[in-house]
This record gives sequence, structure tokens and C-alpha cells, in this order.
Amino acid sequence: MADVLASPPKTSPSEAGPRQADPVGTHHEEGPPRRDFLKLAAGSFAAVGVGVVAWPFITSMNPSADVLALASTEVELAPIAEGQAITAMWRGKPVFVRHRTAKEIEEARAVPQNRLIDPATDQSRVKPGKDQWLVVIGICTHLGCVPLGQKPTDNRGEYGGWFCPCHGSQYDTSGRVRHGPAPANLALPDYAFTSDTKIRIG
Amino acid sequence: MPEGLHESDVKNPVLRWVDQRLPVISMVQREYGTFPTPRNFNYFWNFGALAMISLAIMIATGVVLSMQYAANTGLAFDSVERIMRDVNYGWLLRYIHANGASMFFIVVYIHIWRNLFYGSYKTPRELLFMIGVVIFILMMATAFMGYVLPWGQMSFWGATVITNLFSAIPVVGNSIVTWLWGGFSVDNPTLNRFFSLHFLLPFVITGVVFLHITALHITGSNNPLGIEPKGPQDTIPFHPYYTSKDSIGIVVYLLVFALLVFFAPNMLGHPDNYIPANPLVTPAHIVPEWYFLPFYAILRAVPNKLGGVAMMGGALVVLFFLPWLDSSPVRSMRFRPIGKIAFLLFTANFFVLMWAGGKPAEQPYILIAQIATTYYFAYFLVILPLLAKFERPLTLPESISRAVLKHRGGGPLPAGATAKPMEKA
Repeated sequence: MADVLASPPKTSPSEAGPRQADPVGTHHEEGPPRRDFLKLAAGSFAAVGVGVVAWPFITSMNPSADVLALASTEVELAPIAEGQAITAMWRGKPVFVRHRTAKEIEEARAVPQNRLIDPATDQSRVKPGKDQWLVVIGICTHLGCVPLGQKPTDNRGEYGGWFCPCHGSQYDTSGRVRHGPAPANLALPDYAFTSDTKIRIG
Repeated sequence: MPEGLHESDVKNPVLRWVDQRLPVISMVQREYGTFPTPRNFNYFWNFGALAMISLAIMIATGVVLSMQYAANTGLAFDSVERIMRDVNYGWLLRYIHANGASMFFIVVYIHIWRNLFYGSYKTPRELLFMIGVVIFILMMATAFMGYVLPWGQMSFWGATVITNLFSAIPVVGNSIVTWLWGGFSVDNPTLNRFFSLHFLLPFVITGVVFLHITALHITGSNNPLGIEPKGPQDTIPFHPYYTSKDSIGIVVYLLVFALLVFFAPNMLGHPDNYIPANPLVTPAHIVPEWYFLPFYAILRAVPNKLGGVAMMGGALVVLFFLPWLDSSPVRSMRFRPIGKIAFLLFTANFFVLMWAGGKPAEQPYILIAQIATTYYFAYFLVILPLLAKFERPLTLPESISRAVLKHRGGGPLPAGATAKPMEKA
């Protein structure tokens, strides 16, 4: 192998017309010339090498360990009266915790599925037996604005949920998108009830 | 002369010694001194030089501003206020930098307008034009990241909306956005990397500008008539004719720049960006900087997320195909009666998009933006290809010198000034 690698520069120092000028290549009539193989092999190794070296640079831009460590938040539900909502902070994002009224739950459940942009039942968006508590990530699924509707004085849109002031998306009392341009319902964070009046998000 | 040295015409012995070993003086003399340039440029041909000046001003002010700025979410806003209040001439440097971005875009938009009107994108200058589009896109990225750095409300929410554009990409969209952010929302890692890239990209732009100029000096400049120079009687040396013409443009440019900086430094900005960033409250009305508004209007005109993002990207990508979409052999719109009207409508339509992009996302603005978006794309994809087939252009002049001497021969001074190279030829 060593003499193969060493010989071509000696025998053909010029770059022009390697096949004709290369005496090493002319010795092998069958199959692709040895130089093509060497070029291909060296090229593939270089490509793999570039990939391996690039990977740490690329992944260094992904969330770091300290960012991932701040991944859970506890919320006390007892002070939230019926009809009220609070905004908790989780992973730098707002989480809407809404204590829904019976009328709001009723409205959310009465909607036929075929009228929804992103069909999902209201039951699938709350924990069983905790129908009054709606917990959603308060970020519009269009381009990431925080929708209005946490305060009773806010514009909640036609469906009584949330209204995004950036591009006009509207959500209902189950946090489902009812009017575009947002393509999806407000996302549900991973959360669990640690007691009747407390949840842990994340 | 020892062997292997460059043959130099420089008289000064020291400069000659340098030029023989590194022929930069010969190069400048060749490319900016005697460089044969069409004799009929109008003032629209100032804007390439003005864009270079803008880039230099942005880099100069940016470097000193970065010495005072702190790229940390807890410090950024206050460090910018400190620049405004405490740093010597900090207010001046920051206002030059902020308004310099606007000046840069004004100049580049006029430069692109000139290109489209006089058909400079056509063969043999296709690649020159495409490199220019790359510079324009790099400028947009740089300006966007720079606007995030003061960490005001518009900074934060602009960054949120624009980075979320990538979430429209099917399957991998959300992973890409998390990677861009370095977290789960726009936060400290995002601010840090935007500062790093905002510092880097202007130098990348400088590199691509050199490619742009190298390509320009292969083909030479287009001119208002859109016909190639046929000999020395059609050209004049770049210096002193166009160095002096560019100087006049630079003086006017600096006048406008100074007016903005000293009398209306915040006219083109948003008051909301003097409110520190708050991830829990979105401003009632998010508007990007004025130079992004036409593209923002296209984004909002489509009631579908992926569709809107694709159309907005497409509005830029379509430019790369322009040299082949417009196959009319006549370059200058001066000689294209229908093309001229279609292009002037396109220009007006661009301003309609700009206006609609600054309005809230509601009717009738959405409908207006939709009509304007349709015309934007129709101009490139339907009108230009059809005109190339069916339009009957006016007769082109025989040569640049013929046309110039016929139209401009009246006044004694221009006639004398332009006649000299003619006599030599």
C-alpha cells in the first residue's frame, strides 16, 4: 500500500489527464483504475472526518445540561378561584393554568369534532376527574406569541379561550385552535397532580 | 530586475519595490483607475459604492459598540442604556449603527431596483446578480440578529416569531428551533449566539462583496441603455470620471444619514423596544423593522403556517431564477414599453406590501396583502416569461456613444468632458 500511495506523485507530477499520463493506471486494464479507487476512498474518509469534527460544533448549540436541569415547576392550585387563570413559568415558557367554569367545560365538550382544525376531545386535554383544570403551554402554535385571555378583561376571541394578537389565531376553552393561521391546539405540558391542589409540570 | 517579480509601472521606488512583490497598487490602478466603464451611467450607478460605504460604517461603529455591550439577558438592556447615557459619544455611535442599518437597506433596495429596471441580471451577469441576492439575504440575517441584541420587547418577540418560522418545516421543525434557541424558548443562549453571529456575518458579507466585485470586473458594468460597450469610444476610465460622480452621491447619502441620526434617530424604530424583554407578555402589535415589512406581509397573507413561510422564502428564492425567467434579449426597460409598465407596477406593489406588512393582521389589510403577493409572484413567474415571447421592444441605439452624443450633446461642459476619450479612439 505504501508504494502505491508514494508512486503516483513520482511518476506523474502533473494534474492534467491523470489516466493517460499515469503509468500506474495503464498497468490495470480491468475495472476502474487504482487512482479512482484511491480518490474515492480518500474522499469518503475525508467526508466522514468532516462529519465527525462538525458534530461537536453542531450539538454544542443544543440545550446544555444546566438548561435541561431547570425542567420542572410546581404550581399551587388552591388560590385560583373558579373562572380565574394564572400563568406559570416553565422552561422559560408561559404555562396557562385555568380553573374553568362548568359553562366553559360544557362549551368545550359540545363542539362536534369535525368543526375543529386539530381534532381532539376536551377529555383528552385534561386529567380524568380534574375537568375544571386546564393546563396548556401559553404559546401560540403559529409563531410563538403569547395569546391574550388570561385576564377576564382580555380579548378572548369568539370562542371564549384565547386570542393571539400577533396574527389573529383563536383558541377555545379547551385551548384548541378554532381559527387560523395557527395549525395546532395549544400544547399540553407533561404534568401530574401531586395532591388535590398541587401540580408538578415537567 | 530579479526574476519572478511583477512588472510594475509605479515610479516611487519604495512603492515600486512593494508592487513588484505584491501588485496591489497595479491592481487598484487596473480595477479602479483605468478600468473602462460605460460612459453613460446615471446616478443609479452610485448605489453599489454607497452600499460599500454603508458596510464600512456599520463595521466601524459595530466594533466599538461591541466593546461596551454585554450579551447576557440580565445585562443587555441596561448595557445599551449605558451606551446611550454614559459612554462618550455612545448615543452617536449607536444611532449611527441603528440608522445605518436602515440606510444600508435603502441603498441596497435602490441598487436592486436599478438592477431590475435596467436588466443587469441578464447574461452575462447572472452569477454576479445571484451573488448579490446572497449578500441581500446575509444582510437580512445580520440585521435581524442585531435587532435582538438590545433585548427590548420587540427584540424578544421579533426573535421568537422569526425563529419559529423554522417550526413550519415538517418533522424536524421543532428540533431545529430548539437547536437555534439552545433551549426551550428564546433566552440567554439565544442572545449569546446571536451576538456572536451578528459580529461574524458582516465579515462574511465583506467576503461575498469581494466575490461580487470580482464577478463585476469580469463582465464590466451594465449601463442605462443595456447594450454592451463596442469599443473605447463607449467607455471612460473609472477614475476620475466615476470616482468624482460617486463622491457626489456619497455627499448626498451622508446628508440624508445625518438628518436621520441627528433629527429623527428613532423615527424608523419602535417605542416598544425601549421596554425590557418580557417572555410572558407579547406586545399588542408586533411589527418587524421597515425593511422586512414586504416579506412579512407575504408571510401573513397566507392563512396556512407552512404555506406562509414557504411563500416568504419563495419571494427571495425566485430572484435566483430571474435571469432565466426573463429571457427577453433586451435588458433596459427603457426599450420595453409593456415591461416598463409591469415593472413600475411591481415597484408600487412592493410599497403596498410594505404598507400592508405594518398593519394589524385583519381585513381589509389581509386581502390587500394577498392581492399584492399575487402580483409580486405573477411579475416574476407569469408576466416576465410571457413578455419575453410577446413584447415588441423599441429599436436599440447602435452604440452607447451614438446615443449619448445625440441626447447629451447640447451643453458645452458635458460635451467637452465626454468628447475626449472619443477623440483618443
